[in-house]
Amino acid sequence: MSAARQSVAVDAPLLNVEHLTMRFGGLVAIDDVSFEAAEKQITAIIGPNGAGKTTVFNCLTGFYKPTVGRLALNHPTAGTFLLEQMEGFRIPGKAGVARTFQNIRLFGAMSVLENLIVAQHNKLMHASAFTFGGLLGLPRYRHAEAKAVDLARYWLDRVGLTGRADWDAANLPYGDQRRLEIARAMCTQPVLLCLDEPAAGLNPRESADLNQLLTYIRDEHRIGLLLIEHDMNVVMGISDHIVVLDYGRKISDGSPEQVRNDPTVIRAYLGEEEDEELPPEVAADLAANRD
Amino acid sequence: MTAANDVSAGRVTAKPLDYPAVVKECGLTALVMFGLAAGMVAFRIRDVPGGLEIATRFGSVVAITVIGFFGRLAMVLLREGRPFPVLVTALPFAVVMLAALSASRFVEPETAALVEGYLPFGDVVVNWIITIVAFVLAGRAVWALRHTGASARTVSDREEAMDAFAARIQRMARFLGPVLLASAIVLPLLAFAPNLPFLPKVDRRLLDIGILVLTYVMLGWGLNIVVGLAGLLDLGYVAFYAVGAYSYALLATHYDLSFWVCLPFAGLMAATAGIILGFPVLRLRGDYLAIVTLGFGEMIRIILLNWYDFTNGPDGISGIARPSFFGLPFLRKPPEGVETFHSFFGLTYAPIDRIIFLYYLILTMALITNVFTLRIRKLPVGRAWEALREDEIACRSLGINPRNTKLTAFSIGAMFSGFAGSFFATRQGFISPESFTFIESAVILAIVVLGGFGSQIGVVLAAIILIGLPEFFRELQQYRMLAFGAAMVLIMIWRPAGLLAHREPTIRLPEIAKGKSRSGGDAAEAAP
Amino acid sequence: MEYFVQQLINGVTLGAIYGLIAIGYTMVYGIIGMINFAHGEIFMISSFIALIALMVLGLFGITWVPLALLITMIATMVLTSIYGWTLERVAYRPLRGSPRLAALITAIGMSIFLQNYVQLLQGARVKPMQPLFTGGIEIMRRGDFTVLVSYLQIFIWVLTVALMVAFTLVITRTALGRAQRACEQDRGMAGLIGINVDRTISLTFVMGASLGSVAGLIFLLNYGVIDFYIGFLAGMKAFTAAVLGGIGSLPGAMLGGLLIGLIEAFWSGYFTVEYKDVAAFSILVLVLIFRPTGLLGKPDIEKV
Repeated sequence: MSAARQSVAVDAPLLNVEHLTMRFGGLVAIDDVSFEAAEKQITAIIGPNGAGKTTVFNCLTGFYKPTVGRLALNHPTAGTFLLEQMEGFRIPGKAGVARTFQNIRLFGAMSVLENLIVAQHNKLMHASAFTFGGLLGLPRYRHAEAKAVDLARYWLDRVGLTGRADWDAANLPYGDQRRLEIARAMCTQPVLLCLDEPAAGLNPRESADLNQLLTYIRDEHRIGLLLIEHDMNVVMGISDHIVVLDYGRKISDGSPEQVRNDPTVIRAYLGEEEDEELPPEVAADLAANRD
Repeated sequence: MTAANDVSAGRVTAKPLDYPAVVKECGLTALVMFGLAAGMVAFRIRDVPGGLEIATRFGSVVAITVIGFFGRLAMVLLREGRPFPVLVTALPFAVVMLAALSASRFVEPETAALVEGYLPFGDVVVNWIITIVAFVLAGRAVWALRHTGASARTVSDREEAMDAFAARIQRMARFLGPVLLASAIVLPLLAFAPNLPFLPKVDRRLLDIGILVLTYVMLGWGLNIVVGLAGLLDLGYVAFYAVGAYSYALLATHYDLSFWVCLPFAGLMAATAGIILGFPVLRLRGDYLAIVTLGFGEMIRIILLNWYDFTNGPDGISGIARPSFFGLPFLRKPPEGVETFHSFFGLTYAPIDRIIFLYYLILTMALITNVFTLRIRKLPVGRAWEALREDEIACRSLGINPRNTKLTAFSIGAMFSGFAGSFFATRQGFISPESFTFIESAVILAIVVLGGFGSQIGVVLAAIILIGLPEFFRELQQYRMLAFGAAMVLIMIWRPAGLLAHREPTIRLPEIAKGKSRSGGDAAEAAP
Repeated sequence: MEYFVQQLINGVTLGAIYGLIAIGYTMVYGIIGMINFAHGEIFMISSFIALIALMVLGLFGITWVPLALLITMIATMVLTSIYGWTLERVAYRPLRGSPRLAALITAIGMSIFLQNYVQLLQGARVKPMQPLFTGGIEIMRRGDFTVLVSYLQIFIWVLTVALMVAFTLVITRTALGRAQRACEQDRGMAGLIGINVDRTISLTFVMGASLGSVAGLIFLLNYGVIDFYIGFLAGMKAFTAAVLGGIGSLPGAMLGGLLIGLIEAFWSGYFTVEYKDVAAFSILVLVLIFRPTGLLGKPDIEKV
């Protein structure tokens, strides 16, 4: 713990990723990637499939231990946390990093409201004096629970699910499940929210609503957002800063405008020019035919 | 009959049967049935002095094969929308079987014996099962005849209907629960009443069964925390029961401590055992956890059996102190200077007093388990258990410590098992490793499965059916475990959440606020 | 030294039994990702069928040991395979795709059912059998302690090795083996390219059951005593063997079986016979904690 927490340097970015490398056996999923994410900004990580985007998230949220690298989170009040040294389940509570998943992971058999209450587990655990106070029905716990419900209701209103608070999460339509997962992550009151393809499978209208929700979170809650996304409308529409990965390496980093015009990025997405890919003998053959 | 004929001729527009395919399908089933029966059923190994002898049951093999063929044929016909032939064969068959099975009630014993000789199986219970299955097939045929227009019900329809049914049972539990509780409280008092009309005679046997059922209700509720709420399949639950029982027995016999002193200690010991086992293994995947707990249950039994100095091995521990009524023992002739229950209250001594006291003791203990479970479900830790059951990875992303949370469920479940164990020891006055076999764990699990995961009332009903009924119908006793196994499989195929499982949210939004926000331009409500 | 060799011989024989059962666990796990708890009971049933077959042959006067054994083995393999096939068809196939807990409970239920089925049909008493083989080869002697390899043990080794070779050939060289490996990788995709997935899974159960049935026959010949409860412990240990070798890995199952057999033999030989089952179980726990992928298993990366 003491190793993971340091005092905050002035003007340090919210998240500072340095030389992140992740190997699985012989496979290098991420190769020496460094980038920053600031608070009150939406940072998008884009790249073709298999570029290592989700692996970056898994390292940030403690599901994988990076092979090499330093992941410093500068919490505005609690100090600096070195995420790579923390146990995964402590990262959301202590360092304030919350995430959503590419393939939605809700508590399907539990109600929408319960999903949001579970997200406030650690806070409520303390209030219930680790269950003992709660068993006795102490007022302190009842107040804490009421406050937790208030926070949940705030986010339910935000994502438009108040009317479905008692539904089983698994019975919600797809788009609602996506929004509920974001609401659930926000109920942990994070300083950095990591969203793994939040627009996947949404129709254009839902996608526009999502843009609104994300900019609302950025502007009103003043936290940093980290976004993995394929939907370029979302990415270009709301990102303040874009990091491009390809084959585990960072190939571009900058504002949407810069990235859009970066030739390396265009090549990564549209493929290399043809003759560079051809083996020499084929190229020779082609040349012979042309003559 | 004519009506049924009309139906089958008119409205049922089933496509023509592919007879060779049907015969092939039914023939294959018959062949498999024959193969299953050819070894195990056809021959029976009998022990005779000086070795083994083999007896034959070829008649049963033929019966099984024929039943396999026609049973499959009936199912195919029902599936293909031709219920009528099924009805006209299954119903008479069932009626004839029923008549033959009850022959001994109506005719001379010799004739009855003759009739019984024609029954397909030598075993009465198997004959009854065949009869019941035939009735069920006939019933399904009738249902199909009356609902010809309706398309077959899909799995999700059925699930919805079952969930609604389970929900109704749980709503009923609000009334049924107090009624059951009241009758459970009143039951022993009837022992003192004169013989009442319409009520079973309350005697020691009935109370003993009541105590047994309540013990299993308590164990079922305890296991429901682990399996139903936290989703951890614990196949060694009986190990903690054994730890509780031996803790109490050893403390009581060695240190002469009273039940009330030992009870919390026994629970604590069981919970500790739960933590010790759980700590290394709870991070394992579900199926590994199941087999490790299974092995642990067996290991505890082996240790109890072989650690002779400590546990007295297979001989067990006898002379365990009976519980006292808060210090007042239940004794006919107490030692000098000891006040007993009956002398303190100025009663004449009755042996049933102690049984009644034990009954109320386990009733109280079971109720405490229930209240505890109901409360903890609404606390953060209870919700975290359920969340872990649903998705462990999501839990970690929300800052829930999976291992500690599972550990609490595991050890709390173990604790209640330990409490029940010390009750078991004090009731029996004697314990040995024989009481703590895997069968016990299986019975408790069957209660939870049949009752439905997380369903408190379901556990009560299941315990009454699974424990109470076989006590009354002794002849079914040897089929009990067979039926439990089959029931577990069938329930999982039919409804994987358990028969009466239905989940109510543990928390709801206050109503007014919900109405307000709904009117305030709700995007989700407006969207289709 | 002599004592050690004797335990080694006994251990290898035990290991053959566990290895043959363990293959059933590991194959089923590989292809449908579930632990077939009832596999131990399939083994138990096969030992009963083997005993029945031997006794019936005796009634017909077929007492020439090689012929009697051959017929018994074929009959046992065929009849036990039908149990394996039925088990999958009736209990597991309807549950494909349902929650893990449901499949587990079904397997437990099936295990309880089969145990009591045999108890009802054949009685609860232990069934002792006259030894079929006698004698052996003396390989060492010191004082009055002789190290003996019995003809039975040689038969068991030869049979086990022959079966394992045949089985490996089936898996690596035949269309069925390819189909199985394809289903292991991706069942949905295997179905799309025209592999009959249901049939492949059924055949996996049949193969597992028939190997287990040989283990049942060997168990009967080796111990000469069976009852309806033998499937529980043997199944437990074979499962331990499968996990130790790396569940899903076929050579792992064989290796694990051998190791568990040796550990058990040496434990009983040098420590206490009473706690030999505890030893096997402790190994299971230790392996699961420290090396859940087993000795030859593939590491499995958590997918988030």
